[in-house]
Amino acid sequence: MKLIILDDYEQVSEWTAKYIRNRIKKFNPGPDRFFTLGLPTGSTPLGCYKKLIEYHKKGEISFQYVKTFNMDEYVGLPRDHPESYHSFMWNNFFKHIDIRAENAHILDGNASNLEKECQDFEAKIKAAGGIELFVGGIGPDGHIAFNEPGSSLVSRTRVKTLAMDTILANARFFDGDLSKVPTMALTVGVGTVMDAREVMILITGSHKAFALYKAIEEGVNHMWTVSAFQQHPQTVFVCDEDATQELRVKTVKYFKGIMDVHNKMVEEP
Amino acid sequence: MYSYSFLSFVSAVLAHDWSTCILATPPHQLTVRVTRCTDFLANTNERSIRVRVCELKGVFKCRGGISGEMPSNKSVSDAPITQFVNCRILKDHKLQWEDLWVREGKILNPEKLFFDEEGFADHKVDCEDKIIAPGFIDVQINGGYGIDFSQASSDIRGGVALVAKKILEHGVTSFCPTLVTSPSDIYHKVIPELRVQDGGPEGAGVLGIHLEGPFISEEKRGAHPPKFLRTFKAGGLADLMEIYGHLDNVAMVTLAPELANSAAAIHELSGRGIAVSLGHSMADLSQAEEAVQHGAKFITHLFNAMLPFHHRDPGIVGLLTSDRVPPGRTVYYGMIADGIHTHPAALRIAHRAHPAGLVLVTDAVMAMGLPPGRHTLGQQQIDIQGLHAYLTGTTTLSGSIATMDMCVRHFREASGCTVEAALEAASLHPAQMLGISHRKGTLEYGTDADFVVLDDTLTVRETYIAGQQVWRK
Repeated sequence: MKLIILDDYEQVSEWTAKYIRNRIKKFNPGPDRFFTLGLPTGSTPLGCYKKLIEYHKKGEISFQYVKTFNMDEYVGLPRDHPESYHSFMWNNFFKHIDIRAENAHILDGNASNLEKECQDFEAKIKAAGGIELFVGGIGPDGHIAFNEPGSSLVSRTRVKTLAMDTILANARFFDGDLSKVPTMALTVGVGTVMDAREVMILITGSHKAFALYKAIEEGVNHMWTVSAFQQHPQTVFVCDEDATQELRVKTVKYFKGIMDVHNKMVEEP
Repeated sequence: MYSYSFLSFVSAVLAHDWSTCILATPPHQLTVRVTRCTDFLANTNERSIRVRVCELKGVFKCRGGISGEMPSNKSVSDAPITQFVNCRILKDHKLQWEDLWVREGKILNPEKLFFDEEGFADHKVDCEDKIIAPGFIDVQINGGYGIDFSQASSDIRGGVALVAKKILEHGVTSFCPTLVTSPSDIYHKVIPELRVQDGGPEGAGVLGIHLEGPFISEEKRGAHPPKFLRTFKAGGLADLMEIYGHLDNVAMVTLAPELANSAAAIHELSGRGIAVSLGHSMADLSQAEEAVQHGAKFITHLFNAMLPFHHRDPGIVGLLTSDRVPPGRTVYYGMIADGIHTHPAALRIAHRAHPAGLVLVTDAVMAMGLPPGRHTLGQQQIDIQGLHAYLTGTTTLSGSIATMDMCVRHFREASGCTVEAALEAASLHPAQMLGISHRKGTLEYGTDADFVVLDDTLTVRETYIAGQQVWRK
């Protein structure tokens, strides 16, 4: 893996956005060659989305030939509910860029047949040629997407019941009312993300520090599903200082020491 | 060499519905993108060709030399979509950096368009950082540009049309032509001619007539002719029909509630969806409150033509803070914010006491819009100096000649209110008062796309009705 350690959240957002920008430009997508991008929701990637929008407005990047696949969506929440992941993606990203709706894929938590919806999603990814770069975050319990502790490390897109930890963490978006928080979600599986050609995980804040430690310094374990990416050939973890607090000094020093090499990847192309 | 295969391709396209396809005309490959607004851009690997194509529907089949297929766009409508960008729009009572989307004369929900229809904008309009506000609504305007709505001229409709067209320049997209106290035959003649109609390039929309009188107080008649004042006999429909003749096309009636049997009239009018306004009245607060309980919901030009506020009987002005307004109802009040008819301090007192009810009105008379100097209007001679219109040779004001946009700017300055509050006083509040805020006075999704583009000085730069530009500076 590459572990990119930056000073703070702003730097993480900027580095990640530049990395994505450069990857897309290097790929040079076109009408018969789309760049497939997996995308997360939540507070962690917000800064990165803002930066990508900025680069887009400056003319540095176009999403015309980019296909996006979001990781997850709540079950049973109306699509236009302000907390749905459709709303999140529209307000924080899609409405500011030049992506066409037919290229933006998000699981439909209101589908009449949820299992078929999940299977169709997997088929769409396959039809698009697989995912070039899957960007994700990490939960405090080490989950990727909604792959809660105990999720199979080879799981595919499916319906998941949310852990109480996750429901509590999400309550702040639903007026603090636990009864309003959805209890089920559709999510890509660990295996689905592992199939991507490259995986990038964003981890910021000290409340994620323990999860990061478990993810990269302990073994591969389905209780900390992000640890599965130790077995992926191209994983990039981007984190801030706060998130490194549970890591060994040795780990941090090693990766900080090679930042020069890492920073080359985000230079202006 | 392209033309033959290109033309046969275009004619195939003309019959069908697609967005992207590959035209293979060996040895070249032509990628085509067709948008819903019917612009058709073909990029060859050598040059670009732009072609305009008619509406496309149906399924495309392969033909020799041409191949292509596209999922049909399951859109709700094929009508063109316009996206206004780089603008601040008045939404949820705040000015926000958001784009405004319009289709088929209504404000469009872009998120729904994106996810439900997989749609996108056909045209983008760069507003260059200006403000977009809902079109202004003037519920009290007696005429302008030499036209007096209360005259039964030989061309009533032409007169209204002229004013309707001119007030687009002031940002007014809907209005209520107002008739002052008149003899019965004038009402019978004029009311059927002042029809409710949608606005458009020809002018602002007519929401309905505002009948200011004749059931008003003699002492507070102001400039209304005394001999045509009336009282209610029983106050029921019969009285109203006898005087007015017709009530279709009527949106508002101003009356004095202290007149006997006014309650029945207020009931009858409110029941028909006509907004009852209290004005030109000697009513005390309890009479006014009773009128509100019967259905009255507006006050005509607050402070003018009513008893002044008194701390032991606030009169009609007391409605602004009355605790006897039925729950869920708001009493709205018109203010002429031309700096002349209301002292700025009085404007501030009213605004601070009840900001949600303030409705800006012009109460403009026929001299509005005429250049400075002397004019003969009907039986009168008027001298126009700046924003003052005097009866010639006197210091008597003969009415207001400020335009709606001037009122918005003056209100903002005099009251120190936010830009949003000033704009809502001219759009949202009158719409709410008339009960039409589900389609006018806001930029909510699904409402009529009547709006104005303003710069930071709140000067009107462009006016739109049903999404179409109907005036620009």
